[in-house]
Amino acid sequence: MNSDLQTSDIQTDTAAAVDDSYVVLDIKDLEVFYGDFRAVRQVTMPVRSKEITAMIGPSGCGKSTVLRSLNRMNDLIPTARVEGVVDYHGINLYDERVDPVEVRRRIGMVFQKPNPFPKSIYDNITYGPRIAGTDKKEFEEIVETSLKKAALWDEVKDRLKDSALGLSGGQQQRLCIARAIATNPDVLLMDEPCSALDPIATGYIEDLMHEIKTEYTIVIVTHNMQQAARVSERTAFFTAELDSENDRRTGLLVEYDQTDMIFSNPADERTENYVTGRFG
Amino acid sequence: MAAPTLRSSTSEDSTRILERLRKRVDVGGGAFQVMLLLSLFITLLVLIVLLGQVLIDGWEVLTTRLGDFLTSGLGSQPEISGIAQGLRGTFYLCLIVAIVAFPLGIGAAIYMEEYAPKNRLTNVIDINIRNLAGVPSVVYGILGLTIFVKGWGIGTITGGSTPLAAGLTLAALVLPVVIITTAEALRSVPQPLKEAGYGVGATKWEVIKDHQLPYAAPGIFTGTLLSIARAAGEAAPLILVGTVTGFITQIPPWYDVTQVRETYTAMPIIITRWVGQPQEGFKVDGAAAAIVILILFVVLLNSVAIVLRNRFESKREA
Repeated sequence: MNSDLQTSDIQTDTAAAVDDSYVVLDIKDLEVFYGDFRAVRQVTMPVRSKEITAMIGPSGCGKSTVLRSLNRMNDLIPTARVEGVVDYHGINLYDERVDPVEVRRRIGMVFQKPNPFPKSIYDNITYGPRIAGTDKKEFEEIVETSLKKAALWDEVKDRLKDSALGLSGGQQQRLCIARAIATNPDVLLMDEPCSALDPIATGYIEDLMHEIKTEYTIVIVTHNMQQAARVSERTAFFTAELDSENDRRTGLLVEYDQTDMIFSNPADERTENYVTGRFG
Repeated sequence: MAAPTLRSSTSEDSTRILERLRKRVDVGGGAFQVMLLLSLFITLLVLIVLLGQVLIDGWEVLTTRLGDFLTSGLGSQPEISGIAQGLRGTFYLCLIVAIVAFPLGIGAAIYMEEYAPKNRLTNVIDINIRNLAGVPSVVYGILGLTIFVKGWGIGTITGGSTPLAAGLTLAALVLPVVIITTAEALRSVPQPLKEAGYGVGATKWEVIKDHQLPYAAPGIFTGTLLSIARAAGEAAPLILVGTVTGFITQIPPWYDVTQVRETYTAMPIIITRWVGQPQEGFKVDGAAAAIVILILFVVLLNSVAIVLRNRFESKREA
């Protein structure tokens, strides 16, 4: 555990001096390449447990790319390559001994557009546990607790066998959260989870993030600065700038700090320009 | 000056605006629509004439002695000849094609789409499979004759000119089509669905088996069953691999599987030979009736394909 307590990298760590939170994901000098193209550079940020960490920035700044490198989702793109270190409880996720499938069971993901399986609500939730070899006797309970945590239980408890595709967009997204929770991960990655939803459904999802952050570490990518301000403890601001190495605009991490600092007193001028609406 | 009053539009204004908004006759668009309708009409006309002609020619046989026609064997008298052996042969051929070409073709397609690295070699293979789908069926007949009928070793297994050899030949013929349609169906699986599977910790094989194949199933079914229909109608390769007519007298039962290594005939061959006969009873009536039966067989297969596709499609959409 000792090595996990390197929170001194965070420059303005004032409020949370005596908490039991520790660094779950320690991202160090992360770079992501697509073929020869370096898409994101100089990302160093410790992600702390039981907190919501937001990633904001203009389009093309690489925030989704970074998020997807945290559970090796980028492995699915044949040309993608990652350099640097993502330490998960002290183990580099890109160590050659690490199986990406096992990584994704512990670091779940919720996507931009709700993507339930074309199966029943029940089967959507139990799919993860089933392939993980969980005892079938536990399924009923997993379904109920997952749906309750995702604030969907009351709406669907009487139609668990119905197709998930019959749910509304907001319900589908909460189902996807329940599905991600069902494998009992300790980190939840959310890639703009509300961008396809209306304000009411967005409100539901934000409330539920508040509810579940006591159990899960959440990293959320969002286009919506108000959302980042509302839900997150810490915020990372990314931007896209000309990369002297390949003469193309690539993403980079500008600033990472407590959310109120990012929005009220950012250290970097680029962050200030963005959060005050002068850019992006 | 008084406050400016809001002016209503005058009738001159309205007339001018109406002239701009007035519906115009779209000559080009209309002509195009007529041409499209015409091409549909011509296609349908050809089909109707064809179907009408065989129905008229085959009407007598189909109405007066249908049962007899389906259960009798080949003979020298058109009045008592039937297509029992041809039906059985075509049934065996379709069965062998299904057993051989489906697993091989679907398996090859899954490998090509999901596992093979994308490089120049796989690209060349991909293009070649596409080209193979366009190779004339006679060429497959020559291939079948060389390998499955006379091939050293293989010929002794198939027993020479047998349904087994012909079925393998037809399987080779439809294999490219099965591979292409399966690959297209797999390619149509939405990326978010795959990501959902990987996201909860599924392995590649689990994502393929649990999500991609069920989603692609309608497309795969349609393509494969249509390819069987094509195999059922092929005559050219069968002529080369030695499907016979006229020398068969026995009508062994359908369930006698040993017949796949015996002399046989098939529907397209019967039709081809009968059309060449001098007697009107073979040339016109018999051939037409056999064509109608073959068409019904193919329509039946297509209907099954459509039913299966609709069932799986409704499953994945709501």
